[in-house]
Amino acid sequence: MNKVIKYVWLDILQNKIVLAYTVFLLGASLSLFGLESNPAKGLLGLLNIVLLVVPLISLTFTTIHFYNSYEFIELLLAQPIPRTQLLLSEFAGVASSLVTALLVGVGLPVAVFGGGLTGLALLGAGVLLTMVFVALAFLAAVLTRDKSRGIGVALLLWFYFALLYDGLVLGVLFAFSEYPLEKATLVLTTLNPVDLARIFILLQMDISALMGYTGALYEDFFGSALGSVYALGVMVVWVAVPLGMAVRIFRKKDL
Amino acid sequence: MIDVRHLQKSFGPLQALNDLSVRLDSGRAVSLLGPNGSGKTTFLKCLLGLVVPDSGEICFNGKPIRNDWAYREQVGYMPQFGRYPDQLKIRQVFAMMKDLRKNSAPRLDEELIDAFGLLPLLDKPMRSLSGGTRQKVSACLAFLFDPPVLILDEPTAGLDPLAAERLKAKIQREKERGKLILLTSHILSDLDELTTDLMYLQDGRLQFFQPIGWLKTRTGEEKLGRAIARLMSGGPLPGQEPTENDRLFSTVQTR
Repeated sequence: MNKVIKYVWLDILQNKIVLAYTVFLLGASLSLFGLESNPAKGLLGLLNIVLLVVPLISLTFTTIHFYNSYEFIELLLAQPIPRTQLLLSEFAGVASSLVTALLVGVGLPVAVFGGGLTGLALLGAGVLLTMVFVALAFLAAVLTRDKSRGIGVALLLWFYFALLYDGLVLGVLFAFSEYPLEKATLVLTTLNPVDLARIFILLQMDISALMGYTGALYEDFFGSALGSVYALGVMVVWVAVPLGMAVRIFRKKDL
Repeated sequence: MIDVRHLQKSFGPLQALNDLSVRLDSGRAVSLLGPNGSGKTTFLKCLLGLVVPDSGEICFNGKPIRNDWAYREQVGYMPQFGRYPDQLKIRQVFAMMKDLRKNSAPRLDEELIDAFGLLPLLDKPMRSLSGGTRQKVSACLAFLFDPPVLILDEPTAGLDPLAAERLKAKIQREKERGKLILLTSHILSDLDELTTDLMYLQDGRLQFFQPIGWLKTRTGEEKLGRAIARLMSGGPLPGQEPTENDRLFSTVQTR
């Protein structure tokens, strides 16, 4: 298993995109921290990068990488290597490279400028988001053999989770504003890893008062140790389920 | 050695393999023939586990290959269009495959690397190679682990005459060492020299599987090329009564 990961790494290292991603994150983090005298404000800026850019890059890079290594995958599948192991190694290779990029590009500046607990939460959420969207991208990529369709599906996923979903939730909240919706919002949050990450980080920033009653509820729930464990667990489910589905499909896929 | 029973595979409405049963034994060189799109490559990919059949069974040394991967330690595969990770050098591709298949070979067979004159090219990246050189690399990889079964999809296509001759000589030697060789080619003179048996597919059905000599006597042609051409142009299948058309055809020819 480790051997395949090694070659996935080698391939990723040589095509330099992940390196460029690292440099971009590093540049963005440094300039955000540099512009603001208060590291908390810098973190708020970084929050948007983590919530929008990290999923986007994870999805598109993974999908394109998968299609580009199609021949490599075909070559390896004609060798004595089980399919499940191959796909999981690909996942581990891609996810670990992107996570490394995040840890260097965001983690290093956060550590240097003193992000504290909030910074740690931001980093943790970023790592989990990377893994979630890499898993989703693998699912999109094994679903269709056509490269442009696969990338299209990945981009639609991003639009949905990063932009569309919030609009839908707002619509629901508005339509049912006569009813107590605190519990429902909590459930709706669970259904979107980006929202989950956002709320998880915002609560660490101590600005939940800005979110009104729901904020108070969130504070109550996610502020507790149980809430954090819950958020973490849901994120892990968001990694495991798409990945498991991708493996199932890949095992029966014709190459 | 390989036992195929009632293999069935369709891609959407296209029936690629239709109730295909055949038994392939070691020490034989079987050429797979048929018009374009008759299911040759699909059949080879089924043997390799790259395509999962809809129904039917393939047994390798008595063990079904479905959900098994270890049998591929005994197979060397040369694809029709070998594609490799672009950035890797030839040396790295060989090193990678050796690394991944370390346990499967008692001895490494690097004869072809030398015979093809690849040694001075070892440090060239795969992306800079011509189609023919890629084919050479594919051939070397197929033979590298000295496997008892060799599956070669269009092995001589794209090779220069010298390399093609060397490859054919190699195939000949391996056949004599008691390996099972399965190959497709549209260069019939190659098949004439190399193979002992002919497996003829049409529309996914096995039309016949017979020793070459048998076909020649049946069609009354000395050259394999002519015998096959008769088959493909819709002449009588060996063993069938000639139709009215064929009688006309043969009278035209005798005149």
